[in-house]
Amino acid sequence: MEFFLQLLVNGVSLGLLYALSALGFVMIFKSSSVLNFAHGELIAIGAFLFLVLSTWADLPIILSFILTLAGSFALGFIIERLFLRPLIGENLIQVIMLTLGISIMFKGMLLFIFGGDIYDYPRFLPEGLTVELGYIRIDSVYMAAFIIGIVFLLLFGFFFKYSSQGIYMRSVADNQPASLSLGVHVKRVFALSWAIAGLVAAMSGIILGIINGINVHGLTSVGLKVFPVVILGGLDSIGGAILGGIIIGLLETFTGGYISGSLREIIPYIVLVFILMVKPYGLFGLKEIERV
Amino acid sequence: MSRFHFHPCGNFKTSYEKELSVFETDFGRLWVIIGLIILYCVIPFVMSPYLIYILNIIGIYAITSIGLNLLIGYSGQISLGQGAFFGVGAYTAAILATKAGFPFLLAIPSAGIVTAGVGMIFGIPSIRLKHLYLCIATLAGQLIIDYLFVHWEGLTGGAEGIIISDATIFGIDISNDKLFYYIIFLCLVLAIWVAVNIIRTRFGRAFIAIRDNDRAAEGMGIPIFRYKLMAFAVSSLYAGFAGGLYAFYLMSVTPEPFNLWKSIEFIAMIIIGGLGSVSGSIFGTVFIVALNELLSHVTGFLMNFGATAGLAVTIAPLREFVFGLAIVLFILFEPKGLAEVWRVIRSSFRLWPFSY
Repeated sequence: MEFFLQLLVNGVSLGLLYALSALGFVMIFKSSSVLNFAHGELIAIGAFLFLVLSTWADLPIILSFILTLAGSFALGFIIERLFLRPLIGENLIQVIMLTLGISIMFKGMLLFIFGGDIYDYPRFLPEGLTVELGYIRIDSVYMAAFIIGIVFLLLFGFFFKYSSQGIYMRSVADNQPASLSLGVHVKRVFALSWAIAGLVAAMSGIILGIINGINVHGLTSVGLKVFPVVILGGLDSIGGAILGGIIIGLLETFTGGYISGSLREIIPYIVLVFILMVKPYGLFGLKEIERV
Repeated sequence: MSRFHFHPCGNFKTSYEKELSVFETDFGRLWVIIGLIILYCVIPFVMSPYLIYILNIIGIYAITSIGLNLLIGYSGQISLGQGAFFGVGAYTAAILATKAGFPFLLAIPSAGIVTAGVGMIFGIPSIRLKHLYLCIATLAGQLIIDYLFVHWEGLTGGAEGIIISDATIFGIDISNDKLFYYIIFLCLVLAIWVAVNIIRTRFGRAFIAIRDNDRAAEGMGIPIFRYKLMAFAVSSLYAGFAGGLYAFYLMSVTPEPFNLWKSIEFIAMIIIGGLGSVSGSIFGTVFIVALNELLSHVTGFLMNFGATAGLAVTIAPLREFVFGLAIVLFILFEPKGLAEVWRVIRSSFRLWPFSY
């Protein structure tokens, strides 16, 4: 029974991590309908930026945190401006290949600068966050992930619903020509969504880095894990990303605990194919209905 | 060969046959004959064994890219699984050769047919999914097949793979590079011929109609699901065929070369070469293979340099960086690929001194 509960807790924590990583992905898709294959690399860059600022440049934690977030915000903005703006309106395969090319470039750059080693952050999370209920132990990191996940969910919920930029984003996601004709500055919306996605990716990169250590291959492979999460939840639904993340996290930990360790890696993708056949738009995604 | 005309300035065809013909004038046929003579009679005797190895690899990958171009460029079905199908073909050929004792001439077509079957299974999602959902489904398919290669030990030998001992055609041992060169390029010419003819006929036109607007195609009476499955089957047939050749050429099959990176390379080949063009696939393949070899040589050279020996290990990722950069630059500045560049060069020769 304890095993089951521990797996449950681990699964939810892992799932929240996936959900955090998927948030940025959903942001980009929601506003510009671009599948961002470079999300894993954005996560990795955020983590490494924090590493560089806090260990090599020896800045205080709060300052390096803020600078990392600002830096990834700027990076998302730059990527959108340099690479994606020329491709607005182009064929989907070109955009996908472009993001794939960007991901390969960034991965190569990161491997070149940092190599394949695993680095560590200095310990800075307050130990008081650790929760222990009987036999179950929730580490301070997972509590931090949980808290940050809830905070971001609420923040984004309010942002999209009530703030003007959020409403612009939703309108652009819904119908670009209409929002253009209504005076929404579409290019600014794209830039903002990529920038916010970069910020959230850096956030999840830092948390993943605390848990697993900062390693280029480990962090970029999360980029692939994001796909089952967002498909399950619906590509344009933020709540769906959270729920999908938790489900996939639970699925992985239970498969790993009860069935086999190696099957655990592939089960999200099998579920992905199944979901795509049965309910391609996920749990909360908007259906595109085409009739002949 | 009495029609050595110039190309006409404009588009004036007087019969359907003339519109469908592969070469507008006899100069095209002449160039093909000259090219075949150079390919078969001159190159094998002039090039070094290393270059023949490179040409063989280009030939094998070109067959796969032509298949992928038929799927993505002509039918519009985005597939990230070509690397996995390439691997299925290689493993099938290897398993048939070692465990079932199939000879070379039988194993490779059978590998193609089995891979076509697998491709059709992975094409089934295309009935309900389009564009990016299909892309993600094929991504999942690639990862699942990858997993099966490593973990289905009974069939595939796990991480160690399968080793094919000497292959023979009618008793002649074909394990040397030059002989394989003839075989591979014979298969490549055959593959190009089949592809060009598929595109000329109603199948090709149906593919193009599905790519441009599949609801309209359905409305016009094209059974789109059947043709989408056919597109997957044909492209997997090409991939499996090439995979079988690859298995026999390298004489051993392991799971590493058939991962997602290989699929991305194939897509890069057809994007850089030009979507929707058979010659584009070949240009793209030559570009990517040449780029890879060039980068390996440059990093090897830099690693041997005394001063940079300390950074030896870290120079290798620059290969990835340059590869990604090449893809990004091509997509930003020449999205129609090398085929477009070639077309512009050709037409500027044809139209000189006018500009259009």
